[in-house]
Amino acid sequence: MAVDTAAYREMTDEQEAIVEMVRQFADEQIIPNAEHYDHEDSFPEPIVEQMKELGLFGVTIPEEYGGMGLDLTTYAMIVEELSRGWISISGVVNTHFIGSYLLMKFGTDEQKEYFLPKMATGEIRAAFSLSEPEVGSDVQGIKATAKKGEDGNWELNGQKMWVTNGLGSSVVFVLMKNDTKADPPYKGMTCFITEKEAWKETGEGDFKGLNVPPKIKKMGYKGVESTELVYDGYKCPPERILGGEEAGLGQGFVQMMDALEVGRVNVAARGVGIGQRALELALRYSQERKTFGKTISNHQAIQFKLADMATQLEAARLVTRKAARMKDAGERSDLEAGMAKLLASECGKYCVEESFRIHGGYGYSKEYEIERLYRDAPLLLIGEGTSEIQRMVIGKKLLQRHKI
Amino acid sequence: MKICVLVKEVPDAAVQKRIDPSTMRLDRGGEKNLNPFDTHALEAAMQIKEGGAIPVEEVVAVTMGPSSAVRALHKAVALGADRSVHLSDDALAGSDVCATGYALAKVLESESPDLVLLGQQSDDGECYTIGAVVADHLKMPSLTQVIQIDVTDGKLRCERQAEYGYDTVEVELPAVISVGDAINEPRYPSLKAIMGAKKKPLDAKATGDVGIEAGSVGEGGSKTKVLGLNPPPAKEAGEIIEDEDTNETVEKIVAWLDERKLI
Repeated sequence: MAVDTAAYREMTDEQEAIVEMVRQFADEQIIPNAEHYDHEDSFPEPIVEQMKELGLFGVTIPEEYGGMGLDLTTYAMIVEELSRGWISISGVVNTHFIGSYLLMKFGTDEQKEYFLPKMATGEIRAAFSLSEPEVGSDVQGIKATAKKGEDGNWELNGQKMWVTNGLGSSVVFVLMKNDTKADPPYKGMTCFITEKEAWKETGEGDFKGLNVPPKIKKMGYKGVESTELVYDGYKCPPERILGGEEAGLGQGFVQMMDALEVGRVNVAARGVGIGQRALELALRYSQERKTFGKTISNHQAIQFKLADMATQLEAARLVTRKAARMKDAGERSDLEAGMAKLLASECGKYCVEESFRIHGGYGYSKEYEIERLYRDAPLLLIGEGTSEIQRMVIGKKLLQRHKI
Repeated sequence: MKICVLVKEVPDAAVQKRIDPSTMRLDRGGEKNLNPFDTHALEAAMQIKEGGAIPVEEVVAVTMGPSSAVRALHKAVALGADRSVHLSDDALAGSDVCATGYALAKVLESESPDLVLLGQQSDDGECYTIGAVVADHLKMPSLTQVIQIDVTDGKLRCERQAEYGYDTVEVELPAVISVGDAINEPRYPSLKAIMGAKKKPLDAKATGDVGIEAGSVGEGGSKTKVLGLNPPPAKEAGEIIEDEDTNETVEKIVAWLDERKLI
């Protein structure tokens, strides 16, 4: 008798229905088209348009602003399914999700009312940016600056790097130094909500001084653009400081770190999704391909690989769900989010590589989906804090919590 | 007008189906889902409603099944139905096609629809017959395997998939129409529709509520009885033609096909 595993999954009826819908959407719309957009490195607009209609840009935005008001746990389930299809598709949503999180948690009423309804429908999409050409994880070392002008506006100058959706977004949450002498440095950092025209490389009018150089060419994670952003005298009105000028000035570092905590759960879910797909491909291929007179799934060497993949994946999924549930319950979950990000992104890469090995020579050919996954998976080891940084953070937190 | 769509909860396509030898019934354990063919019927109803050629006041999803079938109804309303009706009663267990058709017809009588739509087959039993049985009880015309519906002057012009080509049939309402999966591409339920599904009315009915005679349903009321179960004959070993000389191989394949009048 087929085992009904629903009871062990701890999903609500709605979550089950949502996951079922997104999985079907990934199977029918994302997976069959990913190869095309990956090959061309072009934006998968028809897929994104359908996602807007389905409400996938407003998952966590409250109902009063036109969103669904769902929790991080449900969002992580959606991201897992989208990433199972293609991590670039989740990339289109992810920065938007971080942007809406920043607004929901720290925005003024005016900021929420102005941005969230348009973001909930996907009419405008959001990006966020901390990194610079010479600054990644060491966020306090950013060089871009904000200086208050006589007209009351803030003038932004500096170069930002690795901005996912940097060109197609209409609003970028950007971290700037408003006080370069602050000690400690993080107290002199502010998050500005910078508006721009989507898909336009050179800012004009109100958006003058925000330019987007040509997108960065990447190994994988294609289709969704990663760009630099050049702020060159961009004028940002004081009411576009996240949380308002009075409350938000100097709060940017704390705000961004908070958002990155949910961002880590998000990346963890992507690791689980890509790992799940790699396992599915391995299960199928290993039962089709024959060597030495039997399918390779009959060789213990392959069974061991499948076993290790599935076991790690299950663990990564559970840790990711736990971190999300803790955050939803209002518990401090920085340690768990870091663990989930570390475990799940490494697990995603591991499953992809094992699946690649199972595919043998065919895995190295562009005829097979695993080739794309092999180029996509490493992104997760780097984005939102490398594995090495996660270990540093986890180690420090552990020692803080268990100080003798 | 009012459209009723018959829907069914079936084992998920990924679940290996088997018949329980002790009950002679399909084992319905494991993951379940709304019958994929019924999603096409729901989509057809929504397209008639949204098309505007004829005003549609209501689309009602109707099912007969155990308590778990509520999930299929939630999906049906997430896909656009305005409300749903769930016929559930222990007395119905073991009903065959005729008994099921009779029971569904009794529910439909209480709804008085102008049009009944359903998927042409269920993913589990695959009998293809429920629509005809329901139509017979309701004394309505029945069309099966319909792959296009156009509303003209209050009548429906339908294309039926026939063995060689298509039949174009005009039918007056009320009618019972079963649809094939070529009729449309069902939409995905949006997050909003999924979250709102439980807020749409769901009427639970027992046999007594719709005047179903106890003796006409269930195992006792069924006219068919499963006497035995046999696996389908094993596939015969195929003939393998080794490709030594491609021209010869092609000739051999052509001769083989020609012998069987396949070309």
